[in-house]
Amino acid sequence: MLLFHATGCIVLSITSKSIEILTIGAFQEVMLIAVIVLYRIIYPECSRLLINNLCMLLAIGFVILARLDQSKAVKQFIIAAVSLAVTLPIPYIVMKLKELRRYTYVFGAAGLIAISAVMVSGAVTNGSKLSWQVAGITFQPSEFVKLLYVIFLAGMFTEEDEETGRIVLKPSMPRLVAGLAAAFAHIVVLVLSKDLGSALIFFIVCLFMLYASVKAPIVLAGGVVAGAAGSVIGYKLFSHVRVRVTAWLDPFKVIEGQGYQITQSLFAIGTGGWFGMGLNMGSPNKIPVVDRDFIFAAISEEFGCIFGICLIFICMSTFLMIINMAMSVKDPYYRLIALGFAAYYAFQIFLAIGGTIKFIPMTGVTLPLVSYGGSSVLSTLVMLSVVQGIYLIHETDGKAVTYELRGGYAG
Amino acid sequence: MRDNNKRTRKNREMTIVMYFFTVVFLAMICYFFYYVQIKASTEINSSFNTRQQNLAKKVIRGNIYAADGTVLAEQAMNSNNEEVRYYPLKEVFAHAVGYDTHGCAGVEHAANIELLTSNSPVNEKLQKEMAGVRNYGDNIYTSFDVNLQKTAYEALGVYKGAIIVMDAKTGKLLAMVSKPDFDPNTVSENWAEISADKEKSPLVNRATQGLYPPGSTFKIVTLLEYLKEHSDNYADYKFNCKGSITFDDVTVECYHGSVHGSEDLKKSFANSCNSSFANIGMQLDLAKYAETCSNLLFNKELPTDLYYSKSSFTMESSADTEEIMHTAMGQGNTLMSPLHMAMITQAIANDGVMMKPYEILKKTNYLGTVIESYEPQKIKSIMTENEAKIEQEFMKEVVNTGTGKKLSKLSYTVAGKTGSAEFGTIKGQSHAWFTGYSNTDDPEMVVTVLVEGAGSGSDYAVPMAKRIFDAYYGE
Repeated sequence: MLLFHATGCIVLSITSKSIEILTIGAFQEVMLIAVIVLYRIIYPECSRLLINNLCMLLAIGFVILARLDQSKAVKQFIIAAVSLAVTLPIPYIVMKLKELRRYTYVFGAAGLIAISAVMVSGAVTNGSKLSWQVAGITFQPSEFVKLLYVIFLAGMFTEEDEETGRIVLKPSMPRLVAGLAAAFAHIVVLVLSKDLGSALIFFIVCLFMLYASVKAPIVLAGGVVAGAAGSVIGYKLFSHVRVRVTAWLDPFKVIEGQGYQITQSLFAIGTGGWFGMGLNMGSPNKIPVVDRDFIFAAISEEFGCIFGICLIFICMSTFLMIINMAMSVKDPYYRLIALGFAAYYAFQIFLAIGGTIKFIPMTGVTLPLVSYGGSSVLSTLVMLSVVQGIYLIHETDGKAVTYELRGGYAG
Repeated sequence: MRDNNKRTRKNREMTIVMYFFTVVFLAMICYFFYYVQIKASTEINSSFNTRQQNLAKKVIRGNIYAADGTVLAEQAMNSNNEEVRYYPLKEVFAHAVGYDTHGCAGVEHAANIELLTSNSPVNEKLQKEMAGVRNYGDNIYTSFDVNLQKTAYEALGVYKGAIIVMDAKTGKLLAMVSKPDFDPNTVSENWAEISADKEKSPLVNRATQGLYPPGSTFKIVTLLEYLKEHSDNYADYKFNCKGSITFDDVTVECYHGSVHGSEDLKKSFANSCNSSFANIGMQLDLAKYAETCSNLLFNKELPTDLYYSKSSFTMESSADTEEIMHTAMGQGNTLMSPLHMAMITQAIANDGVMMKPYEILKKTNYLGTVIESYEPQKIKSIMTENEAKIEQEFMKEVVNTGTGKKLSKLSYTVAGKTGSAEFGTIKGQSHAWFTGYSNTDDPEMVVTVLVEGAGSGSDYAVPMAKRIFDAYYGE
C-alpha cells in the first residue's frame, strides 16, 4: 500500500514535473504509517485489517486526487489528517460510554433537525440542497446525520426487557412504529431536499436493520414493494430522476445533454482498458465532477480496470469485515449499529460505483474515503472508529466470556 | 454445540444481509468485466470520445495494409511539411479503408483505437515517452486483395452500385467497392461539398449501408421457406407458366413477359419464374416465412464492425394477396444490403453455416511483431446442411441452364442467382443483382454485385461478376 502510494506520487511528480507532489506525498506517507502504528499501540485488540483497508482507500484517493487537482489533494490530506486525529479516541469513548442508548431520542431529533435545517437554508449544488457554508468550509450535514440515524434506529429497534433489564431485539409494536415513522420523516426530508441517493440509502439501511431486529423475512418482501412504489413515485414526481433514468437507458442518444457525464465516464473506463492509460496519461478531467461521484472512472482510466476490480474487492472486504465484527458482538444494540453501518457503507459503494459504470442509474453518491469531500471522509472515519469501538467492547468482554465457558465445560 | 446453534440462529439475518451485499458486489464486478471486455471496444470508438485525439498526441497513427502487404493507408508529409494521412490507391479503397477525419469510416473507423495504440517494445516505448517523442502506432493487416479490389472497381465502371467479394469458408472480405466514390486523400478539404451531395451521396458505403429491393435474388429465401415446409415432397412441385398468374384480381407477370411452360421447382428457380414464385408464395405459412427471414438476420443487427443498415422484411400474417405475391418474388417492401445478400450466399456455399464477415486479419507493432490475429468466427447455422445442398444444386442450375448462363462452360464453376429489382414508378427501371460463388464442388469465393438502375441482372451484374471470377482464376 505504502509502496503503491509512493510510486504513484513519484510517477505523478515526474510526469507533471512538480516537486510539490513529492512533499505532499511524503507527509501523506508519514500520516498513513502513523495511523497504522498508533492504532497498534493504543488498540492492540482492534481489527488491523480494517485499519489497513481504510489506509489503502485513503492512499488511492490521495494519489488520484493529486493527479486530478493538486489543491484538492492538499485539502483532502488536511481533512483526512484532522479527521484521523479526531477519530483516534473514538473507539475508547465508545468503549467507556456504555449509556449511549439512553440518548436515542436525542440522536433522532438532532439528525432530523439538521437535515430539515439544510433543506430550508442550505446552498444549492447541482439542483440539490445539500450543504451549509460556514467560514468558507462547505459542510454537508447528511453525511453526519447518517451516523445519528443508524444509532437512533438501533435504539428504536431494541428494547429494555422489563424483567431482566437486558437489551433485547423485537421491541413492542408502538416503539417499532415510532422508529419507522421517524425513519420515514428522515427519508421524506431528504427526498424534498432532492438528495435522492441519500434517501435511497436511508431507506435500505432502515429496511435491513428492521429485518435484523424483527427477524421476519416478510420485512424484506414489504421493503421491495415499498421501494418499488417509492421509485415509481420519485420517477413521476421529479424531473431530475427521469433525466437520470433516460441517461442510464441510452446515454448515447442524449450524449450532448443528460448523457454527457455517463458517456464520458464510460469512455474513460473503456479507453483505459484492463491495464489503464497510466497515471497522468488519460484525460479524466473531461468527466464532470470526476473528483467526487465519478472518481471510480478516473481510477479505472489511469490505473486500469483490473485495479478497478481490486478496488471493488477492497470495499467489499471492508464491508465483510464490518459485518463479521458485527456478528461477533453480543449486545444486540451494538450489533444493530454495526449492521446498520455495514449496510450503509455497502449500499453507498454500490450506488457510487454502479452509477459510474452504468450498472444502475447515477445517484450522485461519493465513494467513501476515496472521493474528494471533507464531510464524507470525516463521517466515514467516525463510522469506522465507532465500529472499532464496538468491536473492542466485545473483545474485552469476550475474553471473560470465553474463560467462563471453558470453566463451565471443564466442570 | 447448542450454544453454537443458538449463535448461528442469532446471526442468520446478518448472514443474509452479508450474502445479499456480496452478491450485489459480485454482480457489479461481472457487469464491469462484461463492459470492459465486450461493450467498451465499440463504445469508445464513438466520435464523441475525444480521448482519441489524446492518443494521437502520443502515438503516430499506424499503417493499413492489404493482405499481400501493399500499403493502403500511411502517414506522410504534404508539400507544406504537415503530417497527413496518405492513401496511395485513392478512390479504389475509398469505402473499404475509409478515412480518419470527421468521425472516421471503414477500417480507419473499425480499427481506430488499435491504430492509435502502440505496442512497441517496452524499453523503446518508455524511452520515447520520457523524451516526449511519439511512439509508432500498431499496423493493421486487412484481408483485402488489391487485384480483386481493382478489378471490381473497374468492373463497376461508371455505374452506381456495390460489389462485395468474400471468402466462402471464412467470411473474410476480399474486396468491397461502392460507387460513386471519393478520394480519401482530399476528403477533409472537400468535406462540405462531398457530404452535402445528396444526389450521389458518395460517402455512403452502398455495399453495407445501401438498402435495395432484392428482386429475384430473394427467391433464394422464398425457396428456403418452401423447402422447410415441404422437406419430403418439394420435388413433386409442378407449375405451368403462361407468362403471368392471377389471384384475387392481382396479376404478376414474368420478366419481359417470358412464358416458361411446364416447370418443377428447380426449373422455376433457374428461370427465375415470377409466376411460379407468386404461386409458391400463396402456399406459404406467412408466420413461418417471417420467422425464417428473422433467422436469416432480416430486421436484425449484422455482426460486423463496419457501418451498415439493417435489412427489413415487414410482411405479416395478415398481408393481402398482392403483398404476398410480390414479396415472394422479391419485390414487395423487402429491403436488403449487398453485404447481407453476400452473407446469406456465403452461408449456402458453406453448407448452411454463416460466418462473421471481417476484414481485419491481424494487428502488428511497427516492427511487424504480431500482437493479435483475428480468427474466422461462426455466427450460426441459418439452414440445415441438406437445405443448403439443395440451394446449391438449384443455384448451379441457374448458371447451367437459366439466367446465369454467361457463367457456364468456363475453366471454373459458378453457382448463383440473378435479380432484376424494379424500383420507383417507371416500369422497366431495375437494379441489377447477382449473388453467387465459385468452385461449386468446394466453394471458394462469394461475389455479390448490385448495379443501381442498370437493367436486368443477367445483362449487367453477371458480366461484372464474371470479370472478378476471371481475375481470380487467371483467365
